[in-house]
Amino acid sequence: MGALTFMRRGALVQIEKFAPDTMLLDYLRLTEKSKGTKEGCNEGDCGACTVVLGTPHNGGVRYQAVNACILMLGQIHGKELITVDDLARDGILHPVQQAMVDAHASQCGFCTPGFVMSLFSLAHEKRNVDRADVVDQIAGNLCRCTGYRPIIDAGLATCNSVDDHWSRRQGETCKTLTSIEGDLFAGDDASFFAAPASAEKLAELCAQYPAATILSGGTDVGLWITKQMREQAQIIYTGRATDFSAIEDRGTYISIGAGATHTDALEVLKGLSPDLGELLRRFGSRHVRASGTIGGNIANGSPIGDMPPALIALGAILHLRHGSAMRSLKLEDFFIAYGKQDRKPGELVWRIDVPKPAPNQVFKCFKISKRFDDDISAVMGAFLFTVEDSKIVAARIAFGGMAATPKRALKTEAALIGKTLDEALSVVLDDYAPIADMRASAEYRVAIGNALLRKALLEAAGAHDVRVLQP
Amino acid sequence: MKTVGKAIAHDSADLHVTGSAIYIDDMREPEGTVHVAPGYAKEGARGKIISCDLSAVRAVAGVIAVFTAKDIPHKNDCSPNAGDDPILADGTIEFHGQVIFAVVAETRDAARRATRLAKIEIAAEPPIVSVRDSKTNMLPPYAFKKGDIKKSVAHKIVSELTIGGQEHFYLEGQVSFAFPQEHGGMMVYSSTQHPAEIQHCVAAMLGVPDAKVTCECRRMGGAFGGKESQAAQWAALAALAAHKTGRPAKCRLDRDDDMMMTGKRHDFYVEYEAGYDATARITTVDVNFAARCGYSADLSNAICDRAMFHADNAYYYPAYHIATQRLKTNTVSNTAFRGFGGPQGILFAEAMMQSIAIQIGIDALDVRKRNLYSPRRDVTPYGQKVRDNVLPELIAQLEKSSSYKKRRKEIDAFNKSSRFLKKGLALIPVKFGISFTFTQMNQAGALVHVYADGSVHLNHGGTEMGQGLYVKVAQVVAETFSIALDQVAITATTTGKVPNTSPTAASSGTDLNGMAARNAALVIKDRMAEHAASLWKVKKSSIIFENGVVKAGRKSMSFAALAKATKEARISLSSTGFYATPGIHWDRATGTGNPFFYFACGAACSEVLIDTMTGEMKVTRVDILHDVGRSLNPAIDMGQIEGGFVQGMGWLTTEELVYSADGKLRTHAPSTYKIPCASDVPEDFRVALFKGDGNKFDTIYRSKAVGEPPLNLPVSVWCAVMDAVASVKPGVVPKLDAPATPEAILRAVQSL
Repeated sequence: MGALTFMRRGALVQIEKFAPDTMLLDYLRLTEKSKGTKEGCNEGDCGACTVVLGTPHNGGVRYQAVNACILMLGQIHGKELITVDDLARDGILHPVQQAMVDAHASQCGFCTPGFVMSLFSLAHEKRNVDRADVVDQIAGNLCRCTGYRPIIDAGLATCNSVDDHWSRRQGETCKTLTSIEGDLFAGDDASFFAAPASAEKLAELCAQYPAATILSGGTDVGLWITKQMREQAQIIYTGRATDFSAIEDRGTYISIGAGATHTDALEVLKGLSPDLGELLRRFGSRHVRASGTIGGNIANGSPIGDMPPALIALGAILHLRHGSAMRSLKLEDFFIAYGKQDRKPGELVWRIDVPKPAPNQVFKCFKISKRFDDDISAVMGAFLFTVEDSKIVAARIAFGGMAATPKRALKTEAALIGKTLDEALSVVLDDYAPIADMRASAEYRVAIGNALLRKALLEAAGAHDVRVLQP
Repeated sequence: MKTVGKAIAHDSADLHVTGSAIYIDDMREPEGTVHVAPGYAKEGARGKIISCDLSAVRAVAGVIAVFTAKDIPHKNDCSPNAGDDPILADGTIEFHGQVIFAVVAETRDAARRATRLAKIEIAAEPPIVSVRDSKTNMLPPYAFKKGDIKKSVAHKIVSELTIGGQEHFYLEGQVSFAFPQEHGGMMVYSSTQHPAEIQHCVAAMLGVPDAKVTCECRRMGGAFGGKESQAAQWAALAALAAHKTGRPAKCRLDRDDDMMMTGKRHDFYVEYEAGYDATARITTVDVNFAARCGYSADLSNAICDRAMFHADNAYYYPAYHIATQRLKTNTVSNTAFRGFGGPQGILFAEAMMQSIAIQIGIDALDVRKRNLYSPRRDVTPYGQKVRDNVLPELIAQLEKSSSYKKRRKEIDAFNKSSRFLKKGLALIPVKFGISFTFTQMNQAGALVHVYADGSVHLNHGGTEMGQGLYVKVAQVVAETFSIALDQVAITATTTGKVPNTSPTAASSGTDLNGMAARNAALVIKDRMAEHAASLWKVKKSSIIFENGVVKAGRKSMSFAALAKATKEARISLSSTGFYATPGIHWDRATGTGNPFFYFACGAACSEVLIDTMTGEMKVTRVDILHDVGRSLNPAIDMGQIEGGFVQGMGWLTTEELVYSADGKLRTHAPSTYKIPCASDVPEDFRVALFKGDGNKFDTIYRSKAVGEPPLNLPVSVWCAVMDAVASVKPGVVPKLDAPATPEAILRAVQSL
């Protein structure tokens, strides 16, 4: 129970004592002294620190690329850790590495280890890889030298045919990893890293240690440590509790465990709406989506966080749990003010129920940002129109980036009722007084809010020519 | 054994992909290494430092020392020449983020943590934040002038243009590692484009002769101009800590600190008025460039000069007034960035061409062709004659290969029928002057040893930042000796082997260092040939070096055997080599001369799709034809062209530096500052090298410099956006700023 355990280079590594807020990248570079993995930004936005984590999955292993800079060491408990230093074997480059050399895909080389690991994970994660897959896989890897074309070529050349050391020993690896059982509690009451293996235990621990930091993906909490230098003495990690991340289709709605990663949620939610699928695909990068969770994104209360406005428009219900007590509320009611959510210390965002749009409903959502991929929205708008006899009979509209919290446009919704989609085009968005920041001016936000409302109405009416197709 | 001209992989490619290339932070730290972190005032961008309480900083566990300006033994300056960049601010600060103190600690984490605890009070004065607000000259204004620009013209365009700056975002941040030496010396490993300047800065800071300090750099994880002058401060701080503690000291900046504390590409505000005749030929140009220098001079003079040198791009101006204001702001001092002012000049020229075309209602490519340099219209605004003008032919080829005319028609038709989405197309030329305009910098040195086993040690003054300089120069040396490339050992740039070097900048790395290394190799080759001739009793002129073998008639021996024989005959197998670019001169006082050895040219045709409701934009196709002369290494050159294009595209589209009114940079991390990612690169991206006769001027194997010129090609993307926006209301010139972010594009649409 006390030792952090993970698999590294074929063997299990056990660490008895570590500071709970040790970052994986620091462990690699400073403790293990593996220098292949680089620090580019220390905030999960450049991918130079990309490593691959293996998780047992259906008797095999699922390999995913993540950012080591904002991942805490404790998060790799029960996983296999692969870094760029490991890939070449007996002096022979891994096929992904060889493809990168052949395509002249490195110049300064500093981002290269990250790209190699990112492509390595893609090669293991997916078959029939096309250009869009490669581009999506490396959206969170920045290269300032090459212009990406040769890297994309290397990915296409190699990601479809990987038969390597890791694919061959998947069964064995899975067995080793599943042998790491039970809860982890490393440390003492004052300072610990806990990774309970069940949702029940998770809820219990959170109630027991209300001052502890609840860590899910770490894509936000990681920056408290690396940038704000805030020490985290007590950490409860949700990611080991597999039943905390279950996603279930319950007929009229989809129930998402708060610990579900964006990667897993994407697979289900894209079936609910292509727009929602694309919104999730543009959420962070694949690295971030593999770590970050739906519940974490809600719990941190970002005024921009792309999922809350979409889920609010869809009418999502949020379930919270404190110890054994459960309560539910409309998602929009969870966000009280900037940085203030309706969550008590020790209380967990537990589950989100997302209603499926009915046949008489149209759901649209749009994200506007300076860069298409891996960028935080200037404005994000989500719209659910219920149309009967050509008239809007109900509307739910929510925006991110327009107020201090994700917020519904109640006045605008009311103004739409009773209008045809065509008549509704005259309605002006009248609910927000946005601010200017580094992402957009207030005027632009107002203009975009109205443009997105218009787009949603036009598309609801059947238009197909109102948006630039995303990459 | 031809190595020159082959698509050979980067010398470190295998190291890059395995993570085993050693960057400075990857060097094994000797026992006792200390770490340095810079500290600044949380609030305040300009004013006197009233109080600086560092007691809480000193109290942090692991902190060894905290230094301020008074701890600097000798010269508190890390500027390239003006003497106005204190290593640690002394008494006042002039921008938010200016370094006031440095923490030395047992761990980097402790040092960083400690910096946050400083209590510093600034008697804050209102900072000058934007270039439009500045009325203070950082440096004297300067202009090129000829003819009567006030004469009456048939038609005129009056406009303005805001051009944003750019953060380098090298993936490896600034880093230096200093090791104290005997007798007060210092060994500094620095991620720098300019080891000689690091050496000089550290020596001056310590108060020791330059010869006491050595600076070495094996490779940088990207630089792009951002490590030409900007690496010095961190080297100085590492050296200061090493000097004071007697322990090896490393200073590696956190990304946010790096972005706040180091200079960027200059942003400009440009106002212009140009006259043209009925055939769209320019008659007069009156342009004023107002540049943000930031708080100190840095390299701003040369950068603003280069903006002027490129305000013509590829076009002949019969009468002109090309003026620059070099303005002071209370923001970080702007610095070199790939293109060095040239891109801003070129963007102006192309914005003007695009605007004239929109105003008249004709195809912008016709306006461009009409104004290209041509016989008798071939003298630039700085008096240099354009003698190697490949552009008319190059443009004709690209126009054809990109199906420009056909697509122009298709796009016009699309725009007529599309309500909200509009397409744009633009084909633009680029002409870029090659040479440092400060003539004395056009020199380089090399050191070559041949060992008795025939292997070769190569060293030169150029630095490797990913651009492939090391492999290109190694190819030159292998070619000179006619030996295999793997016989040439590439070694780290160090001031200990080649002294008094220029920075690796101005695209000049290969031109200068390739020649210097070749000259060194030729000296040794000549000695070896002479010895072979004496052994075989033949004329030296009959000795041939070929594929690792040296022969004359029927006599032959391996290169290695001859090396051994030469050594045994007590003949030196080591030589320096030197090169100074011939035929260049520049008289800044009169604004005349021949500052550039030659021009590197190219052209690009870009197509974009914009959404007039939101301003979103996607680049859908790019065709490039670029002249690298006779390529030394086509794979490396293609990488420079594609990479330069995407970097320039970022500057003109997604990359936006935002300052708050109190002078704080708001975009100091990749979460808020967006360089292009893979999905921003068009799937349809066609890049080709121009097949010409090679460089008309005597460069290394008739190649052409390739570092900076391609960065200008994405001006075509910006012009294509103009084209798309203008389709909304033909005949009206949109007010489009750079970068063309969604917000800027929407503003341009609304300006119609």
